[in-house]
Amino acid sequence: MTPSLNSTLIVMPALNEEESVRGVVEEVLATLPGIAVLVVDDGSTDATSAEALAGGALVAKLPFNLGVGGAMRVGFRYALDHGFDNVVQVDSDGQHDPASVRALVAGLEHADLVIGARFAGEGDYIVRGPRRWAMVVLSKFLSVTAHTTLTDTTSGFKASGPRAVRLFAVHYPAEYLGDTIESLVIAARAKCVIQQIPVSMRARAGGRPSHNPLKAAAYLGRASMALLFALVRPPVPLHEGTPVA
Amino acid sequence: MTVASYIFGVASAVLTLVVVIEMLRRRRLRERHAVWWLVAGTLALIIGVFPPVLVWAASLVGVAVPLNLVFFVSVAVLFLVCIQHSAELTSLEAKTRTLAETTALQDLRIQALEKALAESAPKGRR
Repeated sequence: MTPSLNSTLIVMPALNEEESVRGVVEEVLATLPGIAVLVVDDGSTDATSAEALAGGALVAKLPFNLGVGGAMRVGFRYALDHGFDNVVQVDSDGQHDPASVRALVAGLEHADLVIGARFAGEGDYIVRGPRRWAMVVLSKFLSVTAHTTLTDTTSGFKASGPRAVRLFAVHYPAEYLGDTIESLVIAARAKCVIQQIPVSMRARAGGRPSHNPLKAAAYLGRASMALLFALVRPPVPLHEGTPVA
Repeated sequence: MTVASYIFGVASAVLTLVVVIEMLRRRRLRERHAVWWLVAGTLALIIGVFPPVLVWAASLVGVAVPLNLVFFVSVAVLFLVCIQHSAELTSLEAKTRTLAETTALQDLRIQALEKALAESAPKGRR
């Protein structure tokens, strides 16, 4: 069975993105007509919800900030409750090109989790210095865990198939970096097939990634901690067939 | 040891126990959180009433200065209570998160229901 866009839900976590969210929702709907878009307002204090509604998205409003992990789990739970097979995470700042969603969903035919990777040859997204080294080290470790070559493990541009949606609706971590690093480990240890495909990334609307070496070192430290604890936690099994939630 | 310091020790232990038990009685403290305080209060009372017990216990575990055993046990009890609180906090945060997610999802359902209701009976409401 080929994964279909009709049974795919786009989930956009948004925190104070009133300037960009409407444009991003409209672009997604224009690129992929008829697709369901759920914006999860992660406790914004601005007009993010109203802007997303005006753009034509469904809006789930969290009463306070939970982080990307909490916002995404709302999306996975919604998908499970409403019969969507696949979930594609798209950033609400316009960093991700909606045209790549088709390729991500097509990749779900042979995988449970498809990651849109920034360094896989396409696009002009460049990170240099210690932050880049940190990302490379992380990728090496996670590639071993996931039994596949991963080059961009902190990408938020991801498609989850039915098995991953069932797993993540219950076990999507809310900690710092949990939505990227730990979620990959959880999926890999639940025997989900992980794959990456190259996508082009645009420059973020609000500023460039930080190149401060101290911040990069802190990032590597926190990421290593997240990875270590993700690996030593008992794995969560994925029950086949019946939904776990 | 003077009579005054003896009375002071026993009174402190009794006061601690009375406060904990009274809070338990008024349901301002749950049993699972009170266990460590009850243990600490009881130990303090035993040692307050029978000071030689402390000297005996210290020699039993090889602590030269009996007072150091008091400090050690006190720190250990506080440490365990802190860990218990951290664990409780973690589980409460996980529950709060689930509740927040559920309210967001229920909000969506209410919106959808209200929309469907308004469409099915456009003139029904005054």
